[in-house]
Amino acid sequence: MTSSQSAMAQLNNGDRAVALLGGEATDANLRRYLHGIPGIDAVGLEQRAADLGSRSVKTSSKKWALDKIISLIDLTTLEGADTPGKVRSLVGKALTPDPGDPTCPRVAAVCVYGDLVPIAVEALGSAHAAGTATGISVAAVATAFPSGRASLAVKLADVGDAVTGGADEIDMVIDRGAFLSGRFGQVYDEIVAVKEACKRADGSHAHLKVILETGELNTYDNVRRASWLAILAGGDFIKTSTGKIAPAATLPVTLSMLEVVRDWKRLTGARVGVKPAGGIRTSKDAIKYVVSVAETVGEEWLTPSLFRFGASSLLNDVLMQRQKMTTGHYSGPDYVTID
Amino acid sequence: MSFLDYAPAPESQAVLNLRPDYGLFINGDFVAGRGVPFQTINPATEKPIAMIAHANTADVDTAVAAARRAYDRTWSKLSGSDRGKYLFRIARLVQERARELAVAETLDNGKPIKESRDVDVPLVAAWFFYYAGWADKLDHAGVGPTPSSRGVAAQVIPWNFPLLMLAWKIAPALAAGNTVVLKPAETTSLTALLFAEILQQADLPAGVVNIVTGGRETGQALVGHPDVNLVAFTGSTGAGRAIARSVAGTDKKVILELGGKAANIVFDDAPIDQAVEGIVNGIFFNQGHVCCAGSRLLVQESIHDDVIDRLKQRLSTLRLGDPLDKNTDIGAINSADQLQRIRELTDIGEQEGGERWSPACVLPDSGFWFAPTIFTNVSTSHRIARDEVFGPVLSVLTFRTPAEAIAKANNTPYGLSAGIWTEKGSRILAVADKLRAGVIWANTFNRFDPASPFGGYKESGYGREGGRHGLAAYLKPAAGGSAARTVAAPADASPELDAKAPVSRKKAAK
Repeated sequence: MTSSQSAMAQLNNGDRAVALLGGEATDANLRRYLHGIPGIDAVGLEQRAADLGSRSVKTSSKKWALDKIISLIDLTTLEGADTPGKVRSLVGKALTPDPGDPTCPRVAAVCVYGDLVPIAVEALGSAHAAGTATGISVAAVATAFPSGRASLAVKLADVGDAVTGGADEIDMVIDRGAFLSGRFGQVYDEIVAVKEACKRADGSHAHLKVILETGELNTYDNVRRASWLAILAGGDFIKTSTGKIAPAATLPVTLSMLEVVRDWKRLTGARVGVKPAGGIRTSKDAIKYVVSVAETVGEEWLTPSLFRFGASSLLNDVLMQRQKMTTGHYSGPDYVTID
Repeated sequence: MSFLDYAPAPESQAVLNLRPDYGLFINGDFVAGRGVPFQTINPATEKPIAMIAHANTADVDTAVAAARRAYDRTWSKLSGSDRGKYLFRIARLVQERARELAVAETLDNGKPIKESRDVDVPLVAAWFFYYAGWADKLDHAGVGPTPSSRGVAAQVIPWNFPLLMLAWKIAPALAAGNTVVLKPAETTSLTALLFAEILQQADLPAGVVNIVTGGRETGQALVGHPDVNLVAFTGSTGAGRAIARSVAGTDKKVILELGGKAANIVFDDAPIDQAVEGIVNGIFFNQGHVCCAGSRLLVQESIHDDVIDRLKQRLSTLRLGDPLDKNTDIGAINSADQLQRIRELTDIGEQEGGERWSPACVLPDSGFWFAPTIFTNVSTSHRIARDEVFGPVLSVLTFRTPAEAIAKANNTPYGLSAGIWTEKGSRILAVADKLRAGVIWANTFNRFDPASPFGGYKESGYGREGGRHGLAAYLKPAAGGSAARTVAAPADASPELDAKAPVSRKKAAK
C-alpha cells in the first residue's frame, strides 16, 4: 500500500469523499470530479471486451471456473407473481443446486423482493449466512426497485423493512433521473442515506449493492461516472442492472466497471465489488466475465465478497456443463432441477 | 494453480496435410527448383517443417516466361467480370481452408494462432473479395477511362505477414489484369505454397500466378528481370533502396512499402484504458514484427507515470509461449537473425541510458523468443528511438505540447503510420493534418481494411496498397486519353484460348 493509499484508508467514507472531491459532495464538486475522469472510447472498450471473451478456457481451468461461477451466483427471482412457495423452492435450489452431485458448491445468495426476505431467511434456516462468511446470504432489492421513482422516505422505509426482516445485502437502485439531469449531489446523498438505513441495531450493517441501471445511462462515460459516484458515496458493490431494462449486463459495461474498482483500489487501497446482473444465461458467457475479472482486477476478486452474478437461468446451464465435464456427455434440461 | 495459468488450449495440427517437400509453382504446376533446396523451420521449436525448393536465375526466367505467356494469351484477354469470378472463388477457398492456413502460418512464422486465425486469414479473404469486386469497374479506379493492365508483376514479400502480404500483392494485380511472379520470404514460404494449391483448386489459368521460393538472390533475379513491367516490394528500407537502384533507368513501375518507426501519441485527455490497449496492440501485435508498429510512444509528460504504471500492469497479463495455444498473446520471433538484431538494438538502448523493463515471463528453452520490453527515459537521439527494431520493444518519450508532439513524431526518416489518442475530436484532425505519415489511426492502432490505402512517406516507401489507390498502381491510363473510351478495350474481349470457363464448379477441396 502506498503512503497516499494508507492515508486514504484511515479516513471514513464521508471524509474520504470530501478529501477526493476537494469539498462537500455538491452537484458542482461532483460534476467537476466526475467529468475529470478520463473518458472511454466505446470502440476500444468493446474491442478489449471481445478480446477477453476469446480466451479459450478448457479442461481443468473450465472445471474450476464452473464451480467458481456457481459460488458467485445471486440466485434471483424478482417477479410480481413471486409467492412464499416460489421463494422456498428457490432457496431449495440454492442449497442443493445439483441433487445428484454432493460436491457441487452452493450459490452465494438468493435475491428476492423485500417482503419475501423473512420467507427466504426461514427457508434457509441454519444455512443462512446472517453476516458470517459461510452459508447463503439473503439479498433484497429495495428503494422502489426497479424504477426508483419514490420519495426518499419511502425508499428508506423499504430498505429498513428488508434489513429488519433479516436481509444480509441490499440491492438499491440509483435515481437515474437525477443522475441524467446532473443532480449528482442528490444521487450521492440518497446512497449515503440508504447506506445508513442498512445499519442494524447491533451496529453491523447489510452490504449495499448500488444498481446503476446501465441500460438507461446509455453511454460508457455515464456508466463510469455513475460507478465512481456510487463508490464515493460508500457502495460496497456496484451492480449493472435491475434485469428489467434491456440491455442489462454486457461484457463491455462490466469491464468498464471493473476498471473503476481497479482504479479505486489503486487510489485508496480499498476493494469494491462488481455484480453484472441480467442477461447472462450461459456458462460460455459467464466464463468470459470470470476471465475479464481475473485479467482486469486480479483473481483475488473472484470471491463472493467482491464479485457476483445476478442470474436465474445461468445456474442450470452451468450445472449441465458441469455434468458434462464429469460424465463426458451432455445431459438435458430434465437432468437439472427447476426452481 | 492459478486460474490465469489457463490450461493448455492448443489448436489441432490435424487439419494440416503438409508434404515433406515443396517445389516451385510455375505455369500451374509444382516443379523442382534448380537451386539447392532449403529447410523451413518452426521458429517456436526450431524443428523442421518441410523442404522448400530454391529458384535460381533459370527458374526465375521460366516463371517470368510463364507469366508473360499467360498474360498475352489468357489473362489480359479475359473480361473484368470473369477475372472477378476467379478472385471471388479464391476468396471463398481461403475461407474454406481458413483454419488450415492459420495453423500453417503460425507453425511457419511463429505468430500466435489467435492472430493468424482472427486477423491474418480473415483479412486475406477480405482482400480477395474486395478486389474481386473491382475487376469489372476499372474505369472508376481513378486513372481515366478504359485503363489497361501493366503486364507481368514481380512481387517480393516479407516474413511478418506471409499470406496477408501475398494477398495485398496478388489480389489487386490480378483484378487489374496483370499476371504475377511472387517470391515469398525465405523463412516463410509455406502458406504461399498452400495458396498455390488453392489456385489449382480454383482452376486459375496456368501461369497467371507463379511462386518462386528462395533467398535474396532469387528476389534480385526476379526484380531485375528484363521482362517484368512492375515491381512491388514490401520489406526493409535497405532492400527497398537496392531495388530502387536496380530498376532505375528502366520503365518498370515500382511500389515500395518499407520500414517505419511510428509515433503513438497519447495526449493527457486520452481515453486512458483504451490508449493503454492501443499501445499494447501497437507494439506487441505480431511480436512487433509490423512495419507500421507504434514503436515510439509519445506520451504527454503530465500523465507519463500513470500511463507507464498502467502499461506495466497490463503487460504482466500478456501470455508468451506456444504460438499454437489459443491463449497465447506473444509468439516466437521469426528467425535467429531477427532475434539477434533485436538483442543488439536493445543492448544499445541500455548502453545509451534507456531504462529497460520487461514483465516476469519464462521464455521457452528452444526456439527464438524475446520478452515484451519497454524502454523509458528514452530521448530522440537514442538509436532505439530512431532505428526500426522490428520486435516487441517500445521506446517511451515524452512531450509537453501538441506542437512538440508533432515535431517529435515527424522527426524520423520514416513516415508509414502514426497514432493519436485524445477525446478531443478537433485535436485529432489538427494533429493528423500535420503528421507526415501515410496511415494515421485515431484512438485505435493497427487496424486494416482492404478499402483503405496503406503506404508511406519518406524512407517508408512510395506507392499505396489497398483501396482504389492500390488498384491504380497496377493500371496504366489508356494511351489515347479519353478518346479511347469509344474503342473496344482488350478487357472486353470474350474469354478464349486456354482460359477455362470460370463458371465451372470448383474442384472439391483436397
